[in-house]
Amino acid sequence: MSLTVRAPAPRYPLGHALHAEWTKFRTMAGPSWLLAGLVTLTVVGLAAASAARCQSATCRIDPAMVSFAGIYLGQAVAAVTGVLAIGNEYSTGMIKLSLTAMPRRLTWLFAKATVLTAPVLAAAALAVAGSALAGRLILPGHGFTPAHGYASLTSATDIRAATGAVLYLTLIALLSLGLAAAVRDSAATIGLVLGVLYLFPLAAAIVSSPALARHLDQIGPLPAGLDAQATIGVNSLPLTPWQGLGVVALWTAAALLLGALALIIRDA
Amino acid sequence: MTTQTQTECRSLLAAERHGFWHLVHSEWTKFRTVRGWVVAVLITIVVIPAFAFVSTSRGDGCATGNGSGTASPVACPAQPTGPGGVPVIDEFYFAHQPVTGNGTITAAVTSLTGQALVGSNQLAPAGLEPWSKAGIILKESTAQGSAYAAMMVTGSHGARMQWDYVNDTAGLTGSVSPSAPRWLRLVRDGRTITGYDSADGTHWTLVGAATLPGLTSTVQAGLFAAGSFSDTGESILATGVFRHIGLSWPAAGWTGTNIGGPNAVPVPGTLRHSAGTLTVASFGDISPAAGGAYMGSGQPIQDVLAGTFLGLIPLIVVAVLFITAEYRRKLICVSLIAAPRRGRLLAAKAVVIGAVGFVAGLVGATLALAVGIHLLHGNLQWPVSLLIETRIVVGTAALLGVAAVLALAIGTIVRRSASAVATVIVVIFVPHLLAFNPLSNGNGPGAPGGWELQITPAAALSVQQSAPRFHQLLTNYSPNAGYYPLSPWAGLAVECAWAAAALALAFLLLRRRDA
Repeated sequence: MSLTVRAPAPRYPLGHALHAEWTKFRTMAGPSWLLAGLVTLTVVGLAAASAARCQSATCRIDPAMVSFAGIYLGQAVAAVTGVLAIGNEYSTGMIKLSLTAMPRRLTWLFAKATVLTAPVLAAAALAVAGSALAGRLILPGHGFTPAHGYASLTSATDIRAATGAVLYLTLIALLSLGLAAAVRDSAATIGLVLGVLYLFPLAAAIVSSPALARHLDQIGPLPAGLDAQATIGVNSLPLTPWQGLGVVALWTAAALLLGALALIIRDA
Repeated sequence: MTTQTQTECRSLLAAERHGFWHLVHSEWTKFRTVRGWVVAVLITIVVIPAFAFVSTSRGDGCATGNGSGTASPVACPAQPTGPGGVPVIDEFYFAHQPVTGNGTITAAVTSLTGQALVGSNQLAPAGLEPWSKAGIILKESTAQGSAYAAMMVTGSHGARMQWDYVNDTAGLTGSVSPSAPRWLRLVRDGRTITGYDSADGTHWTLVGAATLPGLTSTVQAGLFAAGSFSDTGESILATGVFRHIGLSWPAAGWTGTNIGGPNAVPVPGTLRHSAGTLTVASFGDISPAAGGAYMGSGQPIQDVLAGTFLGLIPLIVVAVLFITAEYRRKLICVSLIAAPRRGRLLAAKAVVIGAVGFVAGLVGATLALAVGIHLLHGNLQWPVSLLIETRIVVGTAALLGVAAVLALAIGTIVRRSASAVATVIVVIFVPHLLAFNPLSNGNGPGAPGGWELQITPAAALSVQQSAPRFHQLLTNYSPNAGYYPLSPWAGLAVECAWAAAALALAFLLLRRRDA
């Protein structure tokens, strides 16, 4: 009769991973400062754009684009938050401990992504709501009135634009998280993410071929994300709002996939 | 750092002297021995010229200065060019006769009125623009873009002498009326044409002298009117009334020609004779085609340097890591113990990274310009002199060098790689994006971008501006049309001021803080 005791295979439930990651996130000062910065910069960015004036019925300025101009800044903070969620693990060497405690790397990445998504989503919603509210107070004084064709700044379209903005910020944070898992170095990752974000619209403004410019506006995550926030002239945009958000989601999915593959194949 | 480690990185060797260039040398050794950093700088050098292939790629469509990127795919109208290859607007009604050799033409303008074209064929009662013009002109031929010199009265800039599209000199001030006519005179002597004006036809004042190289012996002398354009782009019909017209050459009778063809303007110009007066009425303009007035398919030379942005990213990452990597690896303690005068350590790092950025920019921009001029062959919007090319290349190199120093300073202040890199990229890129975004641009005329490109580090991009601005052409000098609000070196100075301020704060913090 054998006396060997068969130890049960260790289990790594997702709940534990989530709890561990949430504890890390909650107890570090960095993320909360970053999320506060995300809200502040997004709302403050509106002040810069509030120089926009609409003097006639043909000014064709999208009030949502003015209200959400702070997103140009806010997305950089969202990106830093996403990058640091994983970059910090590598720069401090914590990654070895994390992956020893949670050998199922995909579960670990999923927990990381989930724990990042919830607070970023909340902060983005707060930031966008603040911007929209500020825009609602400021813009009618700048000529964005029913007489100039801006009947309401709280229609279904405006709510769709605000939702698009919130989802956009969250997707950018996740995109950064995925790339950080692939690249491992925070500085290089943030350079890469901001390059992907800002270079497409800059290039589109410069290239002389309109067809190429339109393609750049369709492919780039930032211009595609802006399409999701548009409220006027939606039919003449390079992409429909939901297609625009879809393009951003594809970028994010690709980045997360790349991160997951790198994590599985590579030694940490 | 906690209080227990307060003096961890203070050196006991504080009294020892270290040569500054010794320090620079050791920082250079640190830099060149990290393979990833060297590779990143090489990427900077390569992507700047590589991007010229993207930014100069031509489609079948026509992108004019509006930069909307969604222009309908139509063929571009050709932009005529004047002397020196400058793109010009040359559309007006010309009442002329051929004259040979030296001589003089004189006329008194007694009235200049303007009417804006509203709708397809309707004229508003009034609408004289500041640069609506009528006067006398000596022009080599009736071909668009041919050399000329003219004396004219304008809507609100008084009498002027203009020649070869880009030159403009002021004469008598005040507007013209039957009670206050303006007498204008042009005297040809070989290739020199001298302009005079007078309020009474007896006392003449010299306004300017133009040398028109290669002017043919026989030229066309006569009267012209051109209404110019309103700030919203409407065509203006200018009507000039002339009296006391005198030519020293044998008279041959007036011929009326619409320069640029009768379809260049909304309605062809007209010439009316009545007792002792000639009345010329015409749309159009005689001016350089700069800024938003340019309708051709050419690109400004700075488009081939659009890769500057792409090249900045790896450089900024390296410049930030040059200091933050020391913090992460705690090498900063060793560095500070070896070089206890902390300001000099930072200065040595700034010298090394600034020089690396400058050299990378110099090589990258030179290659980009060499490649780009080849790619743009025949499609250059504005002719560029060697002096301006040199300024663009050296300015771009300085832009990268100063950006690297700014990144180093921000890295020292923040001590965190990701936040520092993000900060530097945002302060350089986002103002530029907002400037290209029509919602924050002033929509009026002459609103060249806004605060975004005046007070942020992005102002330095003005070192790449290539086309000149003309006070006699009111049009849209926006970033989309290749214009920056500040002059080239002033823009670079703004970036330098930011880098200096950041470096000063970094010095203070480095000195006060424990590493």
